[in-house]
Amino acid sequence: MSIYIKKSDFDTIAAHAAAELPNEACGLIAGRLDGEDRFIEKVYLLSNPDRSPEHFSIDPKEQLSAIKDMRQNGFVPLGNFHSHPSTPARPSEEDIRLAHDPKASYLILSLSEKEPVLKAFRIADTKVTQDSIKFIL
Amino acid sequence: MKLTVAGNVKEYEDGLTVAKLIELEKVETPEYVTVSINDEFVPGDTFEETVLNHCDSVEFLYFMGGGAYDIHQ
Repeated sequence: MSIYIKKSDFDTIAAHAAAELPNEACGLIAGRLDGEDRFIEKVYLLSNPDRSPEHFSIDPKEQLSAIKDMRQNGFVPLGNFHSHPSTPARPSEEDIRLAHDPKASYLILSLSEKEPVLKAFRIADTKVTQDSIKFIL
Repeated sequence: MKLTVAGNVKEYEDGLTVAKLIELEKVETPEYVTVSINDEFVPGDTFEETVLNHCDSVEFLYFMGGGAYDIHQ
C-alpha cells in the first residue's frame, strides 16, 4: 500500500507541527481509496488538548466535525497524523498501545532532523506495518 | 425505526440500545469507540441502557491518541 500526499498538504502539516512546538501537533487525513492505495485529499489541523511535547489526543468534538466535513466532500477517513517534536518518525509504545483502528493510516512527522520527515504506518494488534509515502503535485 | 448510522440511513427494530447497535454494526475494537447521538456524546458505561429513537443520527469514533514520550533517539 502507498499513501499519496500533495506536497502542499505535507507543507501544511509541517507548518502546523512547527506552530505547535514545543508540543505535539495532530490532525486527521481524508481522501479516497484506489485499490490498495490511499490518496490524501484533505488534512484537518486539530488542536491537541494534551498540550504536551510527548503526548497527543484528538478532541472527539473536533473529530466529529471533521468526519461530517469529509462526508459532505465525498471523502473517506484515512487516519490521523501527529508530530514527534524531537524524536524519530516511528511509532512509540504509546502510539501502538493507543492505535485502536486497524484500518487507519497513522502518519508521524518528525521534527528532530533539519528537515521534517513524514512516515506512514498501519497498526493492528500491536503489529506495525510501514507504508510508503509518495509525494505528488 | 430509521437511524442514520455513520451517515447511512438504515432500518432497525424499535428499542435498540447503543450496545446492540455496536454489535449489529460489527464495530471493531468497540471498547475504544466513542459514540455520539445527534452530536451528543454518550458515556461508555451507559451503552447498555441507552435506547435509540427514530431518526437518531449515530456516529462511532475511535479514540485517537499517542505520544513520543517513550521513544529515545
